[in-house]
Amino acid sequence: MRVRVLIFLLMLPLGAAAQGFAGLGTDADGFAVPERGQALAFPRDHGAHPAYRIEWWYVTATLTGADGRDYGIQWTLFRSALAPYELDGWQSPQLWMGHAALTTPDRHFVAERLARGGIGQAGVSADPFEAWIDDWRMAGPGFNMLDLQARGAEFAYDLSLTAQGPLVQHGDRGYSVKSQDGQASYYYSQPNFAVTGTLTLPTGPVALTGNAWLDREWSSQPLSADQNGWDWFSLSFDDGTRLMAFRLRGGRGDFTSGTWIGADGSATPLPDGLIEVVPLDLTGVAGREVPTRWRLTLPDKALSVEIEALNPQAWMATSFPYWEGPVRVTGSHDGKGYLEMTGYD
Amino acid sequence: MLLNVETVSKTYPGGRPVLDRVSLRLEHGETVALTGESGSGKSTLLNLVGALDQFDSGEITVAGTALSGLDERGRAALRRGSLAVVFQQFNLIPSLSVEQNLAFHARLSGQSDAAWLSHLTDRLGLSALLARFPEQLSGGQQQRVAIGRALAVRPALLLADEPTGNLDEVASAAVLDLMLGLVAETGCGLLLVTHSDAIAARLDRRAHLSGGQLA
Amino acid sequence: MRRAAIACLWSHWARHPLQLLTLLAGLALATGLWSAVQAINAEARSSYAEASAQLGTGQFDELRAASGPIPLARYVALRRAGWQLAAVLEGRMPLPGGSVEVMGVDLLAYPALPAVEETSDINGITPADALLAPGLLIARPETARRLRAQVGLPPVTRSQNLPAGVVLTDIGTAEILLNRSAEVSRLLILPDQPAGLAPLADLAPDLMVVPAEGRSELARLTDSFHLNLTAFGLLSFTVGLFIVHGMVGLSFEQRRGMIRTLRALGLPLRDLTWLMLGELLLFALIGGTVGLALGYVVAAALLPDVAATLRGLYGAPVDGDLALQPSWVALGLMMAVAGVFAASAQALWRLSRVPILQVQGQYAWSAQGMPVLAQAGIGALMIGAGFLALAVFDGLVAGFVMLGGLLMGAALLLPPLLTLALRIGSGFSRGPLGAWVWADMRAQLPGLSLALMALLLALAANIGVGTMVSSFRLTFTGWLDQRLASELYVTARDDAQGTEIARWLHSRADAVLPIRSTEVQISDQTVFLYGIVDHPTYRDNWPLIAATPQVWDMVAEGRGALINEQMARRMDLWPGDTVTLLPGWSLPVVGVYSDYGNPTGQAMTALPALLQRVPDLPNTRFGIRVDPAEAGDLRSELADTFALPPQALVPQAAIKASSLAIFEKTFVVTGALNVLTLGVAGFAILTSLLTLWAHRLPQLAPVWALGVRRDTLARLEVLRSVALAVMTAILALPLGLVLAWALLAIINVEAFGWRLPMHLFPLQWLILLLLAVVTAGLAALLPARRMHHLPPSDLLQVFANAR
Repeated sequence: MRVRVLIFLLMLPLGAAAQGFAGLGTDADGFAVPERGQALAFPRDHGAHPAYRIEWWYVTATLTGADGRDYGIQWTLFRSALAPYELDGWQSPQLWMGHAALTTPDRHFVAERLARGGIGQAGVSADPFEAWIDDWRMAGPGFNMLDLQARGAEFAYDLSLTAQGPLVQHGDRGYSVKSQDGQASYYYSQPNFAVTGTLTLPTGPVALTGNAWLDREWSSQPLSADQNGWDWFSLSFDDGTRLMAFRLRGGRGDFTSGTWIGADGSATPLPDGLIEVVPLDLTGVAGREVPTRWRLTLPDKALSVEIEALNPQAWMATSFPYWEGPVRVTGSHDGKGYLEMTGYD
Repeated sequence: MLLNVETVSKTYPGGRPVLDRVSLRLEHGETVALTGESGSGKSTLLNLVGALDQFDSGEITVAGTALSGLDERGRAALRRGSLAVVFQQFNLIPSLSVEQNLAFHARLSGQSDAAWLSHLTDRLGLSALLARFPEQLSGGQQQRVAIGRALAVRPALLLADEPTGNLDEVASAAVLDLMLGLVAETGCGLLLVTHSDAIAARLDRRAHLSGGQLA
Repeated sequence: MRRAAIACLWSHWARHPLQLLTLLAGLALATGLWSAVQAINAEARSSYAEASAQLGTGQFDELRAASGPIPLARYVALRRAGWQLAAVLEGRMPLPGGSVEVMGVDLLAYPALPAVEETSDINGITPADALLAPGLLIARPETARRLRAQVGLPPVTRSQNLPAGVVLTDIGTAEILLNRSAEVSRLLILPDQPAGLAPLADLAPDLMVVPAEGRSELARLTDSFHLNLTAFGLLSFTVGLFIVHGMVGLSFEQRRGMIRTLRALGLPLRDLTWLMLGELLLFALIGGTVGLALGYVVAAALLPDVAATLRGLYGAPVDGDLALQPSWVALGLMMAVAGVFAASAQALWRLSRVPILQVQGQYAWSAQGMPVLAQAGIGALMIGAGFLALAVFDGLVAGFVMLGGLLMGAALLLPPLLTLALRIGSGFSRGPLGAWVWADMRAQLPGLSLALMALLLALAANIGVGTMVSSFRLTFTGWLDQRLASELYVTARDDAQGTEIARWLHSRADAVLPIRSTEVQISDQTVFLYGIVDHPTYRDNWPLIAATPQVWDMVAEGRGALINEQMARRMDLWPGDTVTLLPGWSLPVVGVYSDYGNPTGQAMTALPALLQRVPDLPNTRFGIRVDPAEAGDLRSELADTFALPPQALVPQAAIKASSLAIFEKTFVVTGALNVLTLGVAGFAILTSLLTLWAHRLPQLAPVWALGVRRDTLARLEVLRSVALAVMTAILALPLGLVLAWALLAIINVEAFGWRLPMHLFPLQWLILLLLAVVTAGLAALLPARRMHHLPPSDLLQVFANAR
């Protein structure tokens, strides 16, 4: 039932112009707007930016259990501001939403949390770093060593993340353009965490190891009015190179962008048009058709791969629903990764 | 044979036998007077024949139907069809008009015959009284309605229990004349209970009950 | 066959339309009063259920503090331990014309709220509107109007999906309106919890889990009230059934000859039985439908008062509009059908036993068949069984069983007692006409006894309820004088202003008595715990109904607690017992005080002792002792000095007036039902007399023939009816007083939690006696008029018809 309350909270600001996804296409009255050339500063920018409308701390991990099976987990904390400031107690205009998911080849568990800022139920502090909502938290002495916990009615995980390389700033030193009109966000990642830990399933605990990718992004208007969804890939190849790529689908054609990350962590921005993604297979998920097998080509890097969902039914039945799950990569490069798709209605 | 009473006995609980192996026959069109002193069992016998009461042993056959084999439903059907009774107390339905009372038994039997009914009404001299209710009639008039009601179903056997017992002499004679005339006209059998020798003398035959047995 | 038989059965009613009308009217009255009460109850209950659904209360377990609010930090800590909870902050906000309940919920966490969802759809409210200052209030249109009339309140949105008198808003808005920050009233435990949580008992041992089922205090409190109404409805229903029983019995008896003839003419008994059952069913449906319409009208007329009572007495959210509910229609018709068959069972049973032949006595339809002595025996037995039930079982139901036994038993005893009285009376008669009148009354008695029973019940109920209401009013007025001793009551905006006001008043008033309380949970029930200062106002005036010696010294030293009567009775705590006010704080009960009109439990002890345990006790309300002549001036001075709104300064007289008003409303309904019941009884007498009429002629004709004039006979008819009514009324008096005693000492204690002393009001009885005389006289007037104008020929007819 709370879903409806949330829709009430998040969808209505759009009013009649209900285009765009989850309120990202609206104007930014009173909210700060990302500017090119504004250098990111750490650890300050690991923390929250209440002056911006929307922000997230987004972790995905591809894992292998001691049982030999593949798993994927997601841990996300969203911040959505009703007004560009913070107040104490219930008066706070900052709303927080947590999504946690655990994907196995045949199951997909989802949990969601909502909270208001100001009373301490949810928030992010930069130094020492802690991001939390209820009992879900991601915290560490710094951004390089993080503990990650979440649980739902049927699952729980408790993981340790250790960074294996530097932070990667997307676009122009963290200024990431999202449309032909110039809408942009601040966007950086830690694409290379080594992971150890345990997850708890209804059948019992599983020890596992693997790789995690953390995205940080904040903005006030990252989408154009005509853009209605995106396909977003974070891929880690067996040779140590990585690729972040996304396609924003819009009325005036697609907008693609990405970052090629070398084995040493060096980042090369990939402007619009370099990456090509083509859906190969559709799967019926939650009453709609969603592409769960893709071809991705990047001629510049002689990359041509097929991407296939570990579990095509990785549907996030949350307040605003979307698809998010681990993928396997084969072709010119082999590897693993995560795929997120929004706006398939 | 219209009526065959075969060694019928009847005892009311806690009493002496009212009827003791009584046998009586009555042919089609025959009129029989059943006489006897008060308490001799003549009304009881009439009620048994009329399927209003049940006997202990023996058999009564009315127009080919043996009464001992009938349940309450069957007896009711017999009372609707082959049998009709004229009571001493007239037993008209007080809330129905004369016209409705006359037609009532026939309607209940599902065999209304308007021409026959109107003939009966004329014969019984009731034409002027059709709209009245029983309480507005004299005793003789009420009994004439009762006779009309009984004959409207063209019964095979008419039973009458002291039909003139509640009437004065003049009314009594008139009612009896009418009834016997109509019985002759319809050709039905008549079993009439009376304590009057004069009335009994006007019927074909007399059967005298005494001490529970037919003399 | 069937059609002829049906026409024949119907012809009886066509010839006796008044009988039919009476039967249907009796049935309609019975069903009408019963369903009126049911409609009122159903409306109130559906209001509670709707309120519960609209506010999401009563569906979830809750966490509450043992006393007072829960600190916000505790909520956050539990959240961070993983528990999925929804915070609620509620309180009353004063408004001109009565305060409203502000319910602030965390809109992000709270479960379904139809009011919010519906409103958002219609008006396109943005989350910023609801969550950011100044916020948004949602209320029913009536409440919304009152809110909008206030300056300085947030915008108000209307919604039908809320109970009356409730203002729904975000918790952030509520904390500002109620001036209570960093605390919540209660926490809903949401249904979906993550796996592996630490138990609440470990995380928050000081908070109590109150299960959803156990918390329906409103339902528990109001149940008694509704049972009360239901009992009155049943009483009316029973009285109405007396009429039906009489009419059905009469019609069967009158048709006995017809039935016999029908069977002799060949209509099987089973068919006949079915036809008569069908006839009764038809009557039940017709009478029931008319009754339902009647009930709806009565209920619609009474509901506003009932709603006012429920709101005033229990704070129950009931509004005054009546909605037609299908279940109510079905239930009403079912009751009508069941009632008709219950009332006709005897007649139907006799029908199945009517022999075709045997001629019966003329006068068999009355409740005879049961010898007078056996009836008296059964009556006495029923009374005994009623009291036995009371002795063996507890509670309201036992109380009503006792009342039921008493009333039915007394009704059965009535004919034997009247027979006795008539026998004695005939001994005093002079002259042949007098002897005939007495003898004739005795002969009439069987036919009238059912109607007289109905009159007895109606009169007794009137005496009983009248005595209760009047006793209540008398006691209550006296009690208000004691209890509301302070001349002026003031409510400050907050604690700071409260302290200021108290300081300011120090030199201007004789005394300032702080009224400080906190909600505590004792034995799973909410109790208001008050801290008081030692002052003669309490020592001299407080209405104690039980106390130990030195009660006030004990209280003043914080070594004893006073509790109100409701709490004492509910928890069976009396002087000498010990009550645990807070975890770890128990005090001996040193006194019990009467506390009429308050549905909840209350306890009081010394303020310093309470402050030691609950330091943050609100300090905003005071009773002010001052020379009554100066109260008016002080009030305006206070209002000016502290800019207090009018509703924050209430003079004693105003509280008394509003308290009395609530109680007047409470008994409007019972009073109305009472009058209606008496009317039904009068109607029963009328119908009985009318139906006896047919049998009267043969009895009157010989007397007439012997030279008694018709107008004399007519006068005697009225006299007889009045005499029987007076005798019944005299017998009803002791019954009514026992009833009053039962209502005051048993029913009230169970229903409201207090016992009242019984006062006697002979003038009321006199009025009732007159009313009975008038009722019986009026009822006899119609037959008497007929007698008076009867053509001699009709009387002669009697002789003509008698062979």
